[in-house]
Amino acid sequence: MTLLPLLKGRSARAWAGFAAAGFALFAVAPLALSDFRLGLLAKYLCTAMVAVGICLAWGRGGLLTLGQGVFFGLGGYAMAMHLKIADAGPGNLPDFMQLYGTATELPWWWRPFENPLFALAATVLLPMAVAAILGSFIFRRRVKGAYFAILSQALAAAFAIWLIGQQATTGGTNGLTDIQGFFGYDLNDPVNQRMVYFIIAAALLLLIALARQLIHSRYGELLVAVRDSEERVRFLGYNPANVKLVAYVVAAGMAGLAGALFVPAVGIISPAMIGIVPSIEFVIGAAVGGRASLVGAVLGAVGVAWAKTALSEEFPAAWTYFQGLLFIVALAFLPGGLASLVGIVRRRRSSRATGDAAGDGTGEKTPALPLGEAA
Amino acid sequence: MAGAAALTAVVVLSACGAKTDAEGGSSDAAAKADTSGDTVKVGLLNSLSGTMAISEVTVRDSLKLAIDEINASGGVLGKKVKPISEDGASDWPTFAEKANKLIKEDRVTATFGCWTSASRKAVKPVFEKNKSLLFYPVQYEGLEESPYIFYTGATTNQQIVPALDYLKSQGKKSIYLVGSDYVFPRTANKIIKAYAKANGMKVLGEDYAPLGSTEFSTIANKVKAAKADAVFNTLNGDSNVAFFKEYKSAGLTAKSMPVVSVSIAEEEVKSIGSQYLAGQLTAWNYYQTTAGEANTKFVKAYKAKYGQDKPTSDPMEAAYTSVYLWKAMVEKAKSFDPEKVKAASDGITFDAPEGEVTVDGASQHIYKTARIGKIGTDGLIEQVWDSGKAIKPDPYLKGYDWASGLS
Repeated sequence: MTLLPLLKGRSARAWAGFAAAGFALFAVAPLALSDFRLGLLAKYLCTAMVAVGICLAWGRGGLLTLGQGVFFGLGGYAMAMHLKIADAGPGNLPDFMQLYGTATELPWWWRPFENPLFALAATVLLPMAVAAILGSFIFRRRVKGAYFAILSQALAAAFAIWLIGQQATTGGTNGLTDIQGFFGYDLNDPVNQRMVYFIIAAALLLLIALARQLIHSRYGELLVAVRDSEERVRFLGYNPANVKLVAYVVAAGMAGLAGALFVPAVGIISPAMIGIVPSIEFVIGAAVGGRASLVGAVLGAVGVAWAKTALSEEFPAAWTYFQGLLFIVALAFLPGGLASLVGIVRRRRSSRATGDAAGDGTGEKTPALPLGEAA
Repeated sequence: MAGAAALTAVVVLSACGAKTDAEGGSSDAAAKADTSGDTVKVGLLNSLSGTMAISEVTVRDSLKLAIDEINASGGVLGKKVKPISEDGASDWPTFAEKANKLIKEDRVTATFGCWTSASRKAVKPVFEKNKSLLFYPVQYEGLEESPYIFYTGATTNQQIVPALDYLKSQGKKSIYLVGSDYVFPRTANKIIKAYAKANGMKVLGEDYAPLGSTEFSTIANKVKAAKADAVFNTLNGDSNVAFFKEYKSAGLTAKSMPVVSVSIAEEEVKSIGSQYLAGQLTAWNYYQTTAGEANTKFVKAYKAKYGQDKPTSDPMEAAYTSVYLWKAMVEKAKSFDPEKVKAASDGITFDAPEGEVTVDGASQHIYKTARIGKIGTDGLIEQVWDSGKAIKPDPYLKGYDWASGLS
């Protein structure tokens, strides 16, 4: 069997997928949805951006990242701090500091965020830097599996508690709210809200392309190899710690960008988006859709967020039960997520055609491993 | 790289949309409420799930009671009121999302609800952007006057300051502050410390526990060691259960060191257990036992609708009152238009269960009587002191010299 037609088929399908997604996001959605619903879609797409990173780190790298809220929050706060300073105008303190603080000037660690370029770069680079430092400690010490997950959770809880305690400089539980402008553009204007949506949609497609590139590169192969058998990779002369570190850092950067764009879309960032529960919710979306498949993780994240809105509007008093049921059914019957359905159907079809149970050769493999193995 | 993409997109933005410094902008972005039919919709925005559900569901029930009563007596301006309930899920961005939904999709004429300050802060810009009204029924930390929010709960000079006056009049010279770690307790304690400094009271300690925390042995022991005359408690929710249990096992009693709580109402007394609370003090503007015909009627109607074992509390009463105040404003304005309703608000009165309340049009807060109560063994709260008259709301404490450095 030659490799060429296989690659061709794969990239052709990818291009078709991108074109379809682009068409849906840039043409269909803005025409079909009201301003309000489009704003909600923008919010869902932000969680999908986090899911892209989770797909890479967890689905491909086996790192159960239960603390993505931290990186989402770092990106979100970096962006919101700049926007709050810009809203207040030169020489003034952001509104909440005047109310709750005693300081008469900006705290030193706020000051760099006055610069828009610094703030924009920080939304991505700050989470990546934090992930790099943390990751190099964690992975070098060969912390893995459940210990890594617990550590991630503890980090999310600690960060949220710290933010709540610093009411005078971080807004405490309220977070940073009432954001009026976005680099000089009035967020009250529906036209500008629409532009924010387009920026988010474009960023999501970009991240998917980037993740796809990584997954199909030599590095992507190595990452899966580390997930499946770290010791063997080590014996082959690679350092698994570095391989995992890259996936962790990239996922953190993606979560940071998602948090940054969440701020103009929703107008608020608060510890409620950072702690343990939201961090788990990010993972659930990817798990329901299929953590090892990019398309599955993204659609899963959007689908779960959408279901949350739809169910809670329809059944304001009982929606949490339906949501729980949805997760249980999805994870009990499809541990590989909804994306594994595609693999199942394809296997069935090819086994019917050739009579060969392990029919596989067209299209990419969708690794459908049981939940426990990845952790 | 991704940041660069965002930057490029920002540049693309320059092609359209209003700038923040543009005069007027497109302020007509405000969604217009739909009042054309023979019903008008109002939004009820409360947490029906999550940690705040236990408190906020009672507020939602109380709002529904008021709406039912108003509909039974002919509605507002001849239109029936249709409540649309949404779940804020104890999550601040969700509150903002649902507020948007109520205004833009359901086109409600007014919204009632929110409990925590964080949820109010999250929805405040939504109501201001869309020029739609929110009626907020819970006592809060003050320092706020949104043109599109009516505050029917107490601000600090109607609850915390009178409670401190009461402690002072009882000869208490030192206090210990215990609170949950969020905006209301931190701001309240800032005010308390300023008051104490000006009135010769000593603050012997200040401790915060994360919301939902149940570990209080350290704090109870610190309180005991400090030997304060009284404790000022701004803990919220479940934490109170653990705190009062530890308080009792540390050997502290209402006699030896009374606790004044500002977030424990009848509903909470029931869940904490009156055996831990009997004799302790609370500061509110309304108790189920408050005298008056309006309250007798309210308590009776509430129990008939939701069950005899259900108590009524201050936030529930403020929520109930807020619906009637809105009705009175709309009828005076002869319009559902938020601007006209606001203009008509000043001086509106209502014979509320807590006694007559009056709307102060300038601050959009209401005049309220402060009441100190003592928790009884039966789980009800008996009034031991009141301010005699309804206190004028002063959210920024401008009328108090000692508070000048606070905002």
